[in-house]
Amino acid sequence: MTESPNPRVRRHHGLVRLTHWLNAIVLTGMIASGLQIYGAFRHFGSKEAQLPVPNPFDGYTFPEAVRLGGWLAGGLQWHFALAWPLVFTGLTYLGFLIATGQWRELLFRPSDVKPAIEMQLYYLRLRKEHPPQGKHNALQKGAYTFIMALGAISVLTGFAIYKPVQLSWLTSLFGGFELARYWHFVAVWLFIAFTLVHVGAVLLADRASLPSMITGWYKGKFPSHG
Amino acid sequence: MASLDRRDFLRLGIVAGPAALVAGCGWDGGPLVKSKLASMSRLNDWVGENILQSSKRLATVYPPSARSGTMPGYFISRQVPTLGIAQPWALEVGGDVKAPTSLTLEMLQQLPRVTYTVKHHCVEGWTAVATWTGVPLSVVADLVQPTERARYVRFDSFDNGYYNGWDMASAMHPQTMLAYAFNDRPLMPDHGAPLRLYSPIKLGYKLTKYLTKMTFTSTRPGGYWEDQGYPWLGGI
Repeated sequence: MTESPNPRVRRHHGLVRLTHWLNAIVLTGMIASGLQIYGAFRHFGSKEAQLPVPNPFDGYTFPEAVRLGGWLAGGLQWHFALAWPLVFTGLTYLGFLIATGQWRELLFRPSDVKPAIEMQLYYLRLRKEHPPQGKHNALQKGAYTFIMALGAISVLTGFAIYKPVQLSWLTSLFGGFELARYWHFVAVWLFIAFTLVHVGAVLLADRASLPSMITGWYKGKFPSHG
Repeated sequence: MASLDRRDFLRLGIVAGPAALVAGCGWDGGPLVKSKLASMSRLNDWVGENILQSSKRLATVYPPSARSGTMPGYFISRQVPTLGIAQPWALEVGGDVKAPTSLTLEMLQQLPRVTYTVKHHCVEGWTAVATWTGVPLSVVADLVQPTERARYVRFDSFDNGYYNGWDMASAMHPQTMLAYAFNDRPLMPDHGAPLRLYSPIKLGYKLTKYLTKMTFTSTRPGGYWEDQGYPWLGGI
């Protein structure tokens, strides 16, 4: 193989890389301890009247290998301890985006709908050439905006079921305690779905983006993207 | 033995990281992590007590028609704890108070009473709406006059040593009561007869049943589940 002509470019700020990996670890712990907590009551609603919501995991006990904490109290301790770094890394990252103005490259806007469709056509091989883009293409913007919103919803539904009396306004925003607990659980599966697509896209579309999230330097197919 | 070069070391790290993470799942954390988690839990109690808790905020009150069909109850004894027929019962109220006293059920029932239909939140994640009737805890506090030293209240029971410790603000909350009736009927043994603590602002495990003693104290009492790792505050 000949030497790649692609130039080596600076891609990710240290703060972005740090919060990215911290978040990956903390979120794994949050999900694992959350699945442990779920085991204490594997339904939604009251004991005799369940909420009419779809739940493929109704009554299901998650395997020990994906749980953290050992029992309910351990799960709760891990969950409430890890909530701190989760919120902290989230706010640090958000603050970085705002301070540097980089949020502009990540926020999905109505004008991104058309390029997002073009990008999807390209991925489905229904369009030959890669559509023009900035640092991130419209589909990526959609994914990153979605994941930030999902993070915010996870934290807010978490607080809604943590303090349903003191923060009752928040709890009712999500339809009451029982529904808020359900949305908190749905968020887990959306996080997992995102992670599968995210990792899949890295491995299939642009492998050079993985080392760039570790070292900050990118050397691959898309040097112009930032 | 070949020495590891930097590259090998990196490879080892890449494998060992996730492996350690996987091995960590389903594990309680070991003594070192356990004590760290307990400290974090105390920090969360502090935040819950001093930042996220208002002594004036009332829990939503429901109409009696909103009651749940069942209200699960539990106890830690092997069988439902009950008093013998001839066994006299009275609630001992003491500790850091000016006028310690002993209150029989009849005396408690003659004190001002409150009734409300509220949602019960279990730490497990289920809820149930029920009606509770009893004497506000603050009324009993007025009788015994806690001293300035009193910062917590300890509740003891005849359910095999089950006990709880409460922060004073939650104990004095207008919706916190010593309940002797459930859904308009006298409290039955499965729900903590003759007297139990009830409040919609705490998780179920904080609501001591089968009460025997209420003690005002300057030192923070633990609790049956709290000593095993449940959040001490249990405020919601």
